[in-house]
Amino acid sequence: MRKIKEFIIEKLILFCGLASIFFVVLIFLFLLKEGLSVLKTVGIGSFLFGKNWYPISDPAQLGILPLILGSLLVTLGAALISIPIGIACAVYIAEVAPLKMKEALKAGIELLAAIPSVVLGFIGMVTLVPWVKHLFHLPTGLTAFSGSVMLAFMAMPTIVSIAEDALYSVPKSYREGALALGATHWQTIYRVLLPAASSGIVAAVMLGIGRVIGETMAVMMITGNAAVLPKSILEPVRTLTATIAAEMGEAVVGSEHYFALFAIGIVLFVISFLINLTADLFLHRNQ
Amino acid sequence: MVTFDIQKLSVWLGSTQALKNISMQVQAHEILTIIGPSNSGKTTFLRMLNRLNELGPRFRREGALLFDGTDIAALDAQIVRKKIGMVFALPLPLPLSIFDNVAYGARMHGVRNQKQLRAIVERSLQEAYLWDEVKDRLDTSAFKLSGGQQQRLCIARTLAVEPEVILFDEPCSGLDPISTAKVEDAMVKLKQRYTIVLVTNNVKQAARVGDRTAFFLSGELIELDKTDKMFTAPQYRRTEDYIRGKFG
Repeated sequence: MRKIKEFIIEKLILFCGLASIFFVVLIFLFLLKEGLSVLKTVGIGSFLFGKNWYPISDPAQLGILPLILGSLLVTLGAALISIPIGIACAVYIAEVAPLKMKEALKAGIELLAAIPSVVLGFIGMVTLVPWVKHLFHLPTGLTAFSGSVMLAFMAMPTIVSIAEDALYSVPKSYREGALALGATHWQTIYRVLLPAASSGIVAAVMLGIGRVIGETMAVMMITGNAAVLPKSILEPVRTLTATIAAEMGEAVVGSEHYFALFAIGIVLFVISFLINLTADLFLHRNQ
Repeated sequence: MVTFDIQKLSVWLGSTQALKNISMQVQAHEILTIIGPSNSGKTTFLRMLNRLNELGPRFRREGALLFDGTDIAALDAQIVRKKIGMVFALPLPLPLSIFDNVAYGARMHGVRNQKQLRAIVERSLQEAYLWDEVKDRLDTSAFKLSGGQQQRLCIARTLAVEPEVILFDEPCSGLDPISTAKVEDAMVKLKQRYTIVLVTNNVKQAARVGDRTAFFLSGELIELDKTDKMFTAPQYRRTEDYIRGKFG
């Protein structure tokens, strides 16, 4: 009787485990099925590197280079802002802050993570966008830069909490070993703790970036959505995600445009997969 | 000459009193061994000497702890810890080469000249009796060394910052008898140049290397005497019982 129970439970758990893989495979196959057909008509080169995205002109021009560059530009900007601040914040929480400050900061970071992205986008639209417009004397404040700043806020909680965990998991003996050699607090952090926690910190950064590149709502609201090749970070851009979200509703089912949006989904899938894979490699590097 | 002069030292870690009214001295160029069962306060005492205890929360101390005549709290913590090196229970090589492990502290204290670094590394490894075993493979990872070699590497790393005192916190607890003997050899030879305080759970080790031995029990200093005398004619019954292995 007990054996049967064990057997059933084991199989049940196995089924749950396999289910998640099964769904991922299904989603991927579906994306491939819907998306690959566009590559046959357009060709992978002119799809990925085409400079014009005019999906409803006749004939449709389906080059997603402006969208890829838009996504990369926004992500890069967000990374440049959120990585230094996020890591510094994690170091402060894990190593420097007194207990009460630590708790207050951790609660704050959790709250930041809890803000829905549409709310952040909304706040960005009414506060950040006009500010960017005035500061840089631009015709519009809806730019890649505005998107970067807002997305940096979204990446920050991920980066801070995972990097902080990585710093906590550095053995106490490393810290004492460095201090016992006469290192200052900063020398201990910089020369012992950060290198020892580096794999976890890189993983934190990658996961933060993964969050940014997949983000849709906020970027759609504040980056201006102009599908043109960006010349600087102070110009409107359109990201891969925003394109899908904005156009899926109006694309005719079964049209070239419709399939092209699925192909964009594949591109996004591949990018996020690569980012997560990198994060994983770093997380498990030492094991 | 007196290196440490401790008067009526009491220490609290949180709500527990770890050390109770300790008064003793550590002489220069001696090996003072500290024995006692676990929770007797011997490691806490050792960590008082290089101010590691104060890193924990809710640390409080009373009494005086003079190092070369100055209270240790009045000195800069980094300077205290540079002058008073520490070797921990478990060998703790950093994920670097043998050379970089030893050069680590020196680099941190501002030595940049490569020639000077080489000299420091060679001297330190020789003093730790490791040089002959590793001189041909200084560039290999420190993790490739055996446990005993790693512990001597940690001793060399401590020596490289030119301390005056070396604190050993059960340095042989994870080592086999042969490695233990090598570490003990190194300690005995080191006392010509350094003052050594050794905390050990191994009573026989205290008898082998100590000039004087202190017996701690429940945070109190029960007895402190020349090692020979302590192990032949201890003053107190409790000391005798512990040394003979009746409790501990």
